[in-house]
Amino acid sequence: METATINNNFKSEEYFINMGPQHPATHGVLRLLLTIDGEIIKKVEPDLGYIHRSIEKMCERDSYQQIVHLTDRMDYLSSHINNEAVCLAVENALEIEVPERVKVIRTIIDELTRISSHTLWWGVMGMDVGALTSYFYGFRDRELINDIFEETCGARLTMNYNIPGGLMQDIHPNFIKRVKEFIAHFKTKLPEYDKLLTGNIIFQKRTKGVGVLSKEDAIAYGASGPVARGSGYSCDVRKYHPYSALDKVTFNEALHTEGDSYARYLVRIQEMWESISIIEQLIDNIPEGDFKVATKAVIKLPKGEYYQKVETARGELGVYIISTGGKNPHRMKFRSPGLSNLSLLNHITVGGKIGDLVATMATIDIVVPDIDR
Amino acid sequence: MYNSLIITNNIHSWVVSWMPAAVTGITEMIMIALAYLTLFAVLGLFLVLMERKVAAWFQLRIGPNRVGFFGMFQTIADALKLLSKELTGTDKADKFLYNLAPYFLIISSLMALAVFPFSQNLQAFDINIGIFFLIAISSIGVIGILLGGWSSNNKFALIGAMRSGVQTISYELSVGLSLLTMILLTGSLQLSEIIEVQKSGWLIVQGHIPAVIAFMIYMIAGTAETNRAPFDMVEAESELGAGFHTEYSGMKFAYFFLAEFINMFIIAAIGTTVFFGGWLSPFGITESIPWLGVFWFFLKAFALVFLMMWFRWTFPRLRVDQLLTLEWKYLLPINLFNIVLMAIIVWLNFTIQF
Repeated sequence: METATINNNFKSEEYFINMGPQHPATHGVLRLLLTIDGEIIKKVEPDLGYIHRSIEKMCERDSYQQIVHLTDRMDYLSSHINNEAVCLAVENALEIEVPERVKVIRTIIDELTRISSHTLWWGVMGMDVGALTSYFYGFRDRELINDIFEETCGARLTMNYNIPGGLMQDIHPNFIKRVKEFIAHFKTKLPEYDKLLTGNIIFQKRTKGVGVLSKEDAIAYGASGPVARGSGYSCDVRKYHPYSALDKVTFNEALHTEGDSYARYLVRIQEMWESISIIEQLIDNIPEGDFKVATKAVIKLPKGEYYQKVETARGELGVYIISTGGKNPHRMKFRSPGLSNLSLLNHITVGGKIGDLVATMATIDIVVPDIDR
Repeated sequence: MYNSLIITNNIHSWVVSWMPAAVTGITEMIMIALAYLTLFAVLGLFLVLMERKVAAWFQLRIGPNRVGFFGMFQTIADALKLLSKELTGTDKADKFLYNLAPYFLIISSLMALAVFPFSQNLQAFDINIGIFFLIAISSIGVIGILLGGWSSNNKFALIGAMRSGVQTISYELSVGLSLLTMILLTGSLQLSEIIEVQKSGWLIVQGHIPAVIAFMIYMIAGTAETNRAPFDMVEAESELGAGFHTEYSGMKFAYFFLAEFINMFIIAAIGTTVFFGGWLSPFGITESIPWLGVFWFFLKAFALVFLMMWFRWTFPRLRVDQLLTLEWKYLLPINLFNIVLMAIIVWLNFTIQF
């Protein structure tokens, strides 16, 4: 009895920390409830809902053209790809065949979006492991893409360039020239990224063997995108279910088998190279033609259920529409990559240090509005 | 050789000439203290500006450029802003310790500043255990961090403070041992004498290989001891918010902030004095223009400060266990070996002297 009390007195105490909703590493308004023993993490519970805007419910009220605008606000870093997912779903339901020109332009802008999302992620990743400089390098290149978007779409973040049936307007006359300029510029800057972070011994120590996710767990948790591909789970929607002009291009799916934060990092770096290659294959052969096909002012989908998935910068985005034949969907569901990827967090960070949690969260690349919707 | 004693003697005789003898001592002390406080404030403000400019330079930015020419008065404006801010605090904080903590830091860095020879005899007090004094004084600062983190009743601050404790205690060993390696060459702990020895070549040249190793260890450990990136566990922004000073505001925060920058300068100044000949000019090129001693001292010190800023804006942060591994498994054994190497070199007279 006496010894038991003594042991109890010296038992290390677990305590509870509230990380977020205002915290530099939670990338927005994610709240993590951490149970820690000293520095070692015992439990991570994400607490969601701080930026919930009922987007799925609002969709039931809106017409299909309006829904496209709501999707911008989900994963704001791949807004173009989100828009495209809804448009593709509606076009498939209406059995509209969009012009080749539209398909090619959509794919080019998709890949530009992916690069811009990954450059931002790269900068923030560096910042999370303590190298503030990478943030500015990432933003330097992201700004150039934003300039291209601004010229063509009129917006830098929430683009709204897609409409069911095509594009809002034709590309800007400068578009091709500026994309080529950007690709030439970015090809010289990507090796700089490697110099600053990838090869850095501290960075490798911080990420190698941290937050290891096995392939089986990746599948079981429904992970997708770079997170799953870092664990060796080949799941690129662009490869398996090509949409728009992706069947015309050849590219490699970035795959790494280690499953740690470093593997996820390498996957994203490699994806930027692949995106460059996709854009290069398409940018010189944008077919002439219309930039949209005429649709009715009020789109009514035939009664039925429709599903379309696309590969955003974070993973697989699914759009599921149940239509009863009216001008609004009866029910709309988005399968967002962020939510499934975040669900892994507890599984792969328990046992690590607080620093590991931050490094792992950076490579999962969460965008909180995508998780909450 | 020019001697700063001329100036100090002049001031002394001027004070003595018109003041009653009983108060001359205290008057001179106050004058010296004021001079050091001014130096402290100016250095702190300049270093903050320098850090921001250097960071901007590394990060493809311009940096502060609105207040005054080249943003010269930006940090002064910031200091004024901090002065006018409300001092908020947590409700259940240990008020006495909470208020006391910033002074530990500021006093330790102020005291350390006092022993540096900025030029010949331009030194507040030249004690014969200078290096020892510096190492001892710089350990006081960590008490302030520990107190501040513990008393502010914030878990993030507590984690930051505990990290700081573990880090500073570990890395003090390396700082001490790497300086001890150089002491083998000089045979004295007195700063003025350490510089005297270097008239026949800077210690980093005299001690060649072990001195270079000692310098590298010193810079790594010194960066860690000032709690700067890549060793900024204490205020790891992405992990702990602001770390141990999360709950401090206004001028109390500014004390922590200033002390960090002054500590950086102190580490650089010790490095300058022990490795790079202090106020001595390279190869004695300006021996005929003696007042340049101050210039050389600050030039070398700021070069080392720049090096530390370079670390900060290039490297990611280590994890707390990796930090301790680096110290206990790598730096410390290398350091101990290095001392033996240096001892052998001194014993066999393999030093390089001009």
